[in-house]
Amino acid sequence: MTGPMQPPPLRPGRFRCGHAAMAAAATLLAACSGGVWDARGPVAAADRQITLDALAIMLVIVVPTLAAALAFAWWYRAANPRARRLPDWVYSGRIELLVWSIPLLTIMFLGGVIWIGSHRLDPRQPIPSAAAPLEVQVVSLDWKWLFIYPAQGIAAVNQLVVPAGVPLHFSLTSASVMNMFFVPQLGSMIATMNGMVTQLYLQADGPGDYFGESTQFSGDGFSDMNFTLHAVPAEGFDRWVAQARADGPLLDRAAYELLARQSAHVRPYTYRGIDSTLFQAVATQQLPPAPGPQQGRGGPGVQPRAGE
Amino acid sequence: MFGKLTWNAIPWDQPIPLAAGMAVMLVLLGVVAWVVAKGHLPYLWREWITSVDHKRIGVMYVLLGLVMLLRGFIDALMMRSQQALAFQAPGYLPPEHYDQVFTAHGTIMIFFAAMPIIIGLMNFVVPLQLGVRDVAFPTLNSTSFWLTATGALLVNISLVVGEFARTGWIPYPPLSELAYSPGVGVDYYLWSLLISGVGTLMTGINFATTILKIRAPGMRYTRMPMFTWTVLASVLLIVAAFPVLTATLAMLALDRYLGFHFFTNAAGGNMMMFVNLIWAWGHPEVYILVLPAFGVFSEIFSTFSGKPLFGYRSMVIATMSICLISFTVWLHHFFTMGAGGDVNAVFGIATSLIAVATGVKVYNWIFTMYGGTIRFATPMLWALGFVVTFVIGGVTGVLVAVPPADFQLHNSLFLVAHFHNVIIGAVLFAGFAGITFWFPKAFGFRLHEGWGKAVFWVGLAGFYAVFMPLYVAGLLGMPRRLQHYDLALWRPWVLAAGVGIVVMLAGAVCQVIQLVVSIRQRRELRDEIGDPWDGRSLEWATSSPPPAFNFAVLPQVRGADPYWQIKRRAIETQQLSGEPDYQAIALPRNSPTGFITAFFATLAGFALIWHIWWLMAAGLVAAYAVFVWFAWRDVDEKVVPADEVARIDRDARRARARWLERNAAGGKA
Amino acid sequence: MAAPAADAAFAGDPYHVGLEGQSGIATGHGEGGPASERVIVGYGFWLFLLSDIVMFSCFFAAYAVLQAATAGGPTGRELFNPGRVAAETACLLLSSFTCGMSAVATQFRSRRWTQASLFVTGLLGLAFLLLEASDFRDMAARGAGPDRSAFLSAFFALVGCHGLHVSAGLLWLGTMMAQVFVKGFRTDILHRLICFNLFWHTLDIIWVAIFTVVFLLGLGA
Repeated sequence: MTGPMQPPPLRPGRFRCGHAAMAAAATLLAACSGGVWDARGPVAAADRQITLDALAIMLVIVVPTLAAALAFAWWYRAANPRARRLPDWVYSGRIELLVWSIPLLTIMFLGGVIWIGSHRLDPRQPIPSAAAPLEVQVVSLDWKWLFIYPAQGIAAVNQLVVPAGVPLHFSLTSASVMNMFFVPQLGSMIATMNGMVTQLYLQADGPGDYFGESTQFSGDGFSDMNFTLHAVPAEGFDRWVAQARADGPLLDRAAYELLARQSAHVRPYTYRGIDSTLFQAVATQQLPPAPGPQQGRGGPGVQPRAGE
Repeated sequence: MFGKLTWNAIPWDQPIPLAAGMAVMLVLLGVVAWVVAKGHLPYLWREWITSVDHKRIGVMYVLLGLVMLLRGFIDALMMRSQQALAFQAPGYLPPEHYDQVFTAHGTIMIFFAAMPIIIGLMNFVVPLQLGVRDVAFPTLNSTSFWLTATGALLVNISLVVGEFARTGWIPYPPLSELAYSPGVGVDYYLWSLLISGVGTLMTGINFATTILKIRAPGMRYTRMPMFTWTVLASVLLIVAAFPVLTATLAMLALDRYLGFHFFTNAAGGNMMMFVNLIWAWGHPEVYILVLPAFGVFSEIFSTFSGKPLFGYRSMVIATMSICLISFTVWLHHFFTMGAGGDVNAVFGIATSLIAVATGVKVYNWIFTMYGGTIRFATPMLWALGFVVTFVIGGVTGVLVAVPPADFQLHNSLFLVAHFHNVIIGAVLFAGFAGITFWFPKAFGFRLHEGWGKAVFWVGLAGFYAVFMPLYVAGLLGMPRRLQHYDLALWRPWVLAAGVGIVVMLAGAVCQVIQLVVSIRQRRELRDEIGDPWDGRSLEWATSSPPPAFNFAVLPQVRGADPYWQIKRRAIETQQLSGEPDYQAIALPRNSPTGFITAFFATLAGFALIWHIWWLMAAGLVAAYAVFVWFAWRDVDEKVVPADEVARIDRDARRARARWLERNAAGGKA
Repeated sequence: MAAPAADAAFAGDPYHVGLEGQSGIATGHGEGGPASERVIVGYGFWLFLLSDIVMFSCFFAAYAVLQAATAGGPTGRELFNPGRVAAETACLLLSSFTCGMSAVATQFRSRRWTQASLFVTGLLGLAFLLLEASDFRDMAARGAGPDRSAFLSAFFALVGCHGLHVSAGLLWLGTMMAQVFVKGFRTDILHRLICFNLFWHTLDIIWVAIFTVVFLLGLGA
C-alpha cells in the first residue's frame, strides 16, 4: 500500500505565457502542484499545453459573452429609464451572421488544435529520444497492478521503478475487468481490457516518486488500486533490477493464478523471475480471465468484502 | 417458489440501507394510510391515478421527478460525507455499500429525476402551446407514466430487498457480467431501466405524433413556440436512441440470464461493443434532457424581456442540428481506450461542433434581452444563472472533447464536475425555472417569489461551492468513485465540496419552505386570469388551471406568439373577441389501463430480478389480458355538454374582461 | 379569450383533437388544425415501427461485430440448413401476401374473406415459428446453443428477437380476428387492422434482411 504522499515541490511552469488568459491559468496551476498540470514528463507537458491553449481560445470569446449577458440583463432591467426599448426587434441579418460565424470560427480553430493534438499525442506515438525505450508490460488485476519487465526478467506488484529521462513503452492488458492506467504527473491515461493490448509511451524527465492510479471504477477494491512510480537515475534502476533479481518469488502461471484472485491493499513486492510468455498468454486469453468473487448469495454480502 | 429470494436478501447486517429503506416504507405507508383514512382514495383514483389528461400526467411526472430528486440528493449527501470522512480512514460506508450509492445516484438522477421532470413539463405544456386538447394517445401517455413509476419503484425496492448495482450508472461489462457481479444489483438496474425505457419510448412516439400531426388551425411549424420545437427535437431523439438502450440492456440481460456471450470475457464476447452501443444511446440522451431545457429558457427569456425570441429561425436550425450531430459524437466518452489519432480527432471535432449550435443559442438569448424590458422574476433569475453556469460547463466540456486534454481528465472529478455543471446548470435549473413558470398555470396560484429567489441564490451558491472544488480535485488527478483515499493533496478540495453540499441542502430546505408557504398563501398568490407573467404563447390564453378540455374552441393561430397578438388586439379594441359558438366537447375517458399494466410490470420485473419464473409468467399473461381488455372497450370518451363548456368559458371570459377594464383604468391613470 | 374559430363537428373523432370530416384540409400541418384520427394512429404506429427497426439494427450491428467470434465453435456455414431457411422464408413471404389480401378484403368490407386471409396468415406465421423452433432445437442439440460462442449469441438474439416479434404478431392477429368477429368493421378496428398490416410487413422486411445478412452471407462465406 502506498502511503500518503507529500506533493513534490513546485517547479516553475514551463509553458509559454503568450496569452493574457494564461495568467489566470497560472494561478490555477499554482494550486495544482502535484496534479496533472504539474507536469514531470514530455507527455504531461504537451497534454497540459494543448489543454491550456484550448482554454485560452475559448475564454477569448466566452468572457465577453458572459459579460454581455450580464450587462444586457442589467441595463435593460424594467426600472432603468435610460434604456432604449425595442420590443419588436427580433431579427438582424448582420447579427445572425455574427452569432453563427464567431462560434464557427472558434471551433474551426479549435478543430485544428484537436486534429494536431490527437495525432501528436496519440498514446501509441513513441517519444523521440536517443535512449531506447524501456519495455513494461502492465496487467491490471482485481485490485492491484502487475508490472512485468520482459527485458529484465523481473516483475513487480503495485510498484513501478523506471529510469528517469528514458522513454517508457507500456503494453497493457487486464486480467479481468476494465481499468485505466494513469500517472497524473506523467500524462495520458489508457484503458486496460481483457483480451486486448493497448500501448502507451510516457517519460519521467527527472527522478522522483509519482502517484499512479486506476481511473476506471473496477469494483469494491477500486480505491486501493494505486501504485508509486519511482523514477530513479539509470544506475539506481540497474541497482534495483539487481536487487529484485536476487530476491522474491517466481512469477510462473501458478503464482499468477494465485495473484489473479480478488484481493486489495496489496503491499508492493517484486518477483525475481518471470514466465516470459505470461503477458501474451493473458492478453490472448490463453490463460482464462481472472475469477470474480468466489462465493455468492443474494443480497449485499454477495461478494467478499474488499480486503477480506 | 421464490427463486433466489430468501430472508438473507434483506440486509439485516447493514443498518444504513435498512433504516433508510424502512423509513421510506414507513413514509409511504403513512401517506397511503392517511389517504385511505381521510377518504381521499376515490378522489385520487378518479382524478389522478386513472387520469389520461396530459395536464394531470404532467403534474404526476414532475412530482415523481422531485421525489426521486430528493432520493438522489440524499445519495449525494452520503457520497460527499463519506469522501469527507474517508481520508486515510474507511469512512462510514463500506465499499460494497458506497458503490451502490453512487450507482443509484447516477441512475436515479438521470432516469428518474431529470427525465420525469423534463417529460412532465413536456406533458403539461406542449398540448397547451399547440392549442389542442390532448396528446395523440392519452391512455398510452398514462401507461408511459406508470411504467416510469415502476422503474423508480424497483430501484427503491432494491434498498430493502437485495442490493442495487455496484458498477456505476453505465454498467460496463465485464464488471457488470455475472462473473464479476453475481448479485441481483445489476438485475435491478436492468429491469428498472428496461421497463421504464419502454415508457419513455412510448412518450417519444406519442409526442412526436402530437407535435407533427395535432396542432391548432394555423399553427405552422414556423409559428410553434420554441419550447415545443425543442421538445420535438428531444422526442425524435428518444424515438431514435431509446431502442438502442433497450437492445443493449437486453443483450446484457441475455448474458446474465441465459449464458449468452455478447460482452463476456469468455467465448469471443466483446465488451467494447457494449461501450459503443450504450453511448450511442447515452450521448443523445444528454440532448434529450438538455434541448427541452433550452426550450424552457427560450420561453422565459422572451417572456420576461417582453420581446419575441430573437433569431427564431436560427434557434430552430441550431436545435435541429444538435439533434443530428448528437448521434455522431459518442466516441468522446472513451478517447482513452486507444482508438487512435484519426478516430479521436474526428469525434473530438464533431463534439465541438455542437458547441457552435449551442453558442448560437446563447447569443440569441442575449440578443433577446437586448432592447427588452426585463423583469427579474424567479424564472428569469434561473435563466440568467443558467447562462453563466452552462457556459462554464460548456467550456470545460469542450476541454474534455480535446482528446489530449481528456487523456488527463477522463474519469476524474473534473469530468464529474463538468457534467454536473451542464446537467444541473441546464436541466435542473430549467426544471426549477419551468416549474416556477408554469406552476400558476397548473394550480391557479403562483409560487412565493421571495422564497423562490432564496432557492435560486442558495442553490446557485451551493452548486458552485460543491463543484468548483471538484474541478480542482480532478486537476489534481483525483478519480471519481473513490470510497477512500490517502493523498493529502486532495483533502482540502474534498472537504470544500463537503461544505458546499451543506449549502445545497439549505437550498433544498428553502424549496420545501417555498412550497409550503405558497400553498398556505394560495389565496393571495391566486392567478385569476390565467396569464400571470404577461405570456406570449397559447398556454396563457386559457384559464389557470385550464379546464379539462384546455380550450373551449380551438384557437385560430395567425402568427408567432399567438396569445400576445390576441392580447394586443383585446387591449387596443378594449374588448374581448366575440363569444364563440359553444359546442359539446368529447374527451378521452379515464382508464386504469396504465396503472394496472404497471402493476403487472412491477410484478414481472421483480420476478425476473429474483428468478421467480411462475410470477414472471403470471405477470406477462396478466399484462396481455389487460391489453385485450382495453382493446375491447366500446366507449372511450365522455362528453362535456355545450352548456357546461359555455359556463366554464364564460367564467374565464368574465375574469379577463375585469382584467381588461382594470388595465384600461390603469392606463388612463 | 379564445378567438372565434371555424369549429367542426366532432363525430367519430374519439379524442376530439381532430376535425374529422375535414380530413382533406386537416393535414396536421397547422393549416386546417389537427389531422384525422386515422392519420394520427397510422403515423404513431409508423414511428413505433421505425424505433423497432432501430432496435433490430443494434442486433444486426452486434451480429456483424461478433460474426467471426466463433471461439473455436461451429460457423454459420456449418450450421445453417438452406432447405429449412428457404421453407421459413417461403412461409413468411406468403403470409405477407395473405396479410395483404386481408387488407384488400377489409377494403371491400368482406368479413368472411378478411377472416379467412387473416387465418391463413396466422397459420403460415405459426408454420414459420415451428420451423424456426425446430431449427433452434437442432442447433442446440449439436452443442451450438447461444452459450457456445459470441457468434451464436448474436445469431440467436437476432433471429430469436424476430421470432418473438412474430409470436407477438400472432397473439395480436388472434385478438384482431376475435375483434372483427365480435365488433365488426368499426372505425377503431379498421385502424388497428391497418397497424397490424404495417407490423406484419415490417417483420417481413426484417426477415429479408436477416435472410441476406445472416443466411446468404453466412452460407456463402
